[in-house]
Amino acid sequence: MSDIAIELRGIDKSFGLVHANKNINLTVRKGTIHGIIGENGAGKSTLMSILYGFYQADRGDIVIDGNTVTIKDPNAAIANGIGMVHQHFMLVENFTVLENVMLGAEDSQILNTSISKARVELKRLEKEYALEVNPDALIEELPVGLQQRVEILKALYRKADILILDEPTGVLTPPEADHLFRILGQLKDQGKTIIFITHKLREIMAITDEVSVMRRGEMVATRKTRETSVEELAELMVGRRVLLRVEKGAANPGDVKLAVENLTVRDGRGVTMVDNVSFNLRAGEIVGIAGVAGNGQSELLEAISGIRKAVSGKVLLNGQPIDVTAHVDPRELRDRGLAHVPEDRHHVGLVLKFEEAENGILGYHHDKRYLNGVFLNTKAIQADAEEKIKKYDIRPPNARLKTANFSGGNQQKIVLAREMERGPDVLIIGQPTRGVDVGAIEFIHKRIIEMRDQGKAVLLVSVELDEIRALSDRIIVMFAGRVVGERDPDATEGELGLLMAGVEGRKEAAE
Amino acid sequence: MDFFHTIIAILESTIRVSVPLIFAALAGLFTERAGVFDIGLEGKMLGAAFAAGAVAAVTGSVMMGLLAAILISVLLSLVHGYASITQRGSQIVSGVAINFIVAGSTVILGEAWFRQGGRTPALSGDARFQTVTFPFADAVRDVPILGPVYSDLLSGHFILTYVAFLLVPFSWWVLYRTRFGLRLRAVGENPGAVDTAGISVIWLRYRAVICCGILCGFAGAYLSLAMSAGFVKGMTAGKGYIALAALIFAKWRPLNIMLACLLFGFLDALAIRLQGNPLPLIGQVPVQLMQALPYILTVILLAGFIGKAIPPKAGGIPYVKER
Ligand SMILES: Nc1ncnc2c1ncn2[C@@H]1O[C@H](COP(=O)(O)OP(=O)(O)OP(=O)(O)O)[C@@H](O)[C@H]1O
Ligand SMILES: [Mg+2]
Repeated sequence: MSDIAIELRGIDKSFGLVHANKNINLTVRKGTIHGIIGENGAGKSTLMSILYGFYQADRGDIVIDGNTVTIKDPNAAIANGIGMVHQHFMLVENFTVLENVMLGAEDSQILNTSISKARVELKRLEKEYALEVNPDALIEELPVGLQQRVEILKALYRKADILILDEPTGVLTPPEADHLFRILGQLKDQGKTIIFITHKLREIMAITDEVSVMRRGEMVATRKTRETSVEELAELMVGRRVLLRVEKGAANPGDVKLAVENLTVRDGRGVTMVDNVSFNLRAGEIVGIAGVAGNGQSELLEAISGIRKAVSGKVLLNGQPIDVTAHVDPRELRDRGLAHVPEDRHHVGLVLKFEEAENGILGYHHDKRYLNGVFLNTKAIQADAEEKIKKYDIRPPNARLKTANFSGGNQQKIVLAREMERGPDVLIIGQPTRGVDVGAIEFIHKRIIEMRDQGKAVLLVSVELDEIRALSDRIIVMFAGRVVGERDPDATEGELGLLMAGVEGRKEAAE
Repeated sequence: MDFFHTIIAILESTIRVSVPLIFAALAGLFTERAGVFDIGLEGKMLGAAFAAGAVAAVTGSVMMGLLAAILISVLLSLVHGYASITQRGSQIVSGVAINFIVAGSTVILGEAWFRQGGRTPALSGDARFQTVTFPFADAVRDVPILGPVYSDLLSGHFILTYVAFLLVPFSWWVLYRTRFGLRLRAVGENPGAVDTAGISVIWLRYRAVICCGILCGFAGAYLSLAMSAGFVKGMTAGKGYIALAALIFAKWRPLNIMLACLLFGFLDALAIRLQGNPLPLIGQVPVQLMQALPYILTVILLAGFIGKAIPPKAGGIPYVKER
């Protein structure tokens, strides 16, 4: 019996021209939580997918419990006790929880017997790990937090001893993440081995025993967590010193650029998501909207940017009204100086099948600069893309590559470059750094502050409280669709946290 | 009473013309639920009809004819599978290509082998399916209402007709009550989920495509060995496309498929009945209008009355892991 659960030796993998993993060595000890960090596109997901048999390595060995094994497909990985929760969930959306958990592990040709067995086992797992979820609910009706539970249950149902979680906290609210960490702790106590990928260094420090750092396809370091620091890890990841706190001078607010008055928005089911919200946004300031995900921030952004109709209320852009209760033409808004970086870059911000250069002008393709009469001026578009790639350090630096082939962080930079480089008067940004690595976060934060210093008005929505506090000049807190308070950025995390939880400021004093 | 007999006759021919639609639509159900769209139902059915007619004529055995139909249809399915699953080509192009190749080659081969202008020799006796008469069918024919229903409507069809209708609940059972069905539906929605669950996406999709081939084989054999006595060139006459319309119309569900096929079959039967018989008030209805009716109906009903027909999510998209 060795105390090493997994050993990867000389793993190498290329996708066409992209060398995703270069001669990777990694040792993971049994019964530990092993963190893996690295910039977007560093090759973390690829490496883990190789361990799970989803991709095949071009070279290299996988050693599990001291035996060299060939993992030619996920089936072999499962047989070796490996389970994986993928970055993008692998669930059948119109199946029930139970069907998803069972899929591939049904124990007979006829479903009825498998179903009743699976139901019993699922109940047991739910109890043991406090992973409650209704087995008969359809996946598409569950919030992402619960969908992730189903993924974890799938792995446990297959009796995984080694559990790989690829950026599990990206989609979770802070309390949900805490719950996940408790479960991981419990699994560790049972002697299971956990590999945990994240971009949040705080999480690494909080729950891992060891941490490995990847950069541009290489494994650059492994550290014992208690012998390292957030600063060292950030530096290892990016290859240079990173400013974890953004430097920013005092704001210099000017005229009101965007005025929102008594805005009310309902969602598709008629539930009121934004309830009579009013605020002002001035030139040269950043206003942050804090709140636990799902408290109306998304709908607020959508209404202001013309994606969703408001029920009532007024929005003034540069003093001129936007007709938010009727159909708003996004092109008109752009022409009037409003730019929008949507929260969901995959569905709203980008056409993943387009080339990078094409996405770089999306929505601005009417601009004379990009046109030759009625035809697109490909030369100008290409040149424009190359300039942005350089300025925003988009990797790989290839404007002809399909956008789907960029990692999440780089996709985000493509959207940011497009919207920021136009120099809009008002910039609305949702979740600017979701799924983005520390190096890129530093860059994005700097750019946002630069915009402000140039006298632009910035409205920022983020579920990351740290980000809101670091960037904002004023913080507005939303709860259940209403504005429940406005604070300075030096308000304590506790104070903001209570507001976000819907507890009034007065009560805070009493506690 | 005459009116009643007319109704029975129309319903009887409704059943007769619905059968190939049911076979073909169920065939499409299996592949499309697994994420492989198949516009080549028409071609497979035609190829199968030809093989059935030719082999039955040569061997004099209806069973050999049926086997040949299934064999050819499965082979064509495998070609479609190879192009769209293994080679990850366009499923539409592959399906259309099969339709064209079969339409042409059945005529050429038929003419080369039998020299009857693309027909196969007329079949009789053991080379053709016989109708099944239910017990006491003749005895109860004179019982009012129920008699004709039993004797003329239910009794007296080909064995394949009963097979087709039994296949409807059977397909439902396979899709919704077996492990194979669960996996098949999953692979049509999210092949990634199937792959990471340790199941081979490729093999699963091939099995679905083979199921489709078998069922199209039945459809073709019914055309040339039961409904007609031999193969006639182009005898599917767009039934493959109507089956496809029925499949969409039925939102990819077995029971709905049967109802949709019966509805389309009914329109067809009505069209035949109305030929040359002007309707009171309306007058002569053009045949072409009646023939277009299934398609028009599909478009209208899908557009507003039965809600959105959501196809399997991964349908039509080859499974590519590494770009
Ligand atoms: N299926 C694929 N086909 C082609 N290229 C791929 C594929 N998957 C990943 N890549 C490329 O391989 C590189 C590594 O990607 P990978 O997803 O492993 O990064 P990552 O470290 O997980 O990044 P992130 O933090 O953004 O999730 C990237 O350049 C990516 O574009
Ligand atoms: Mg990743």
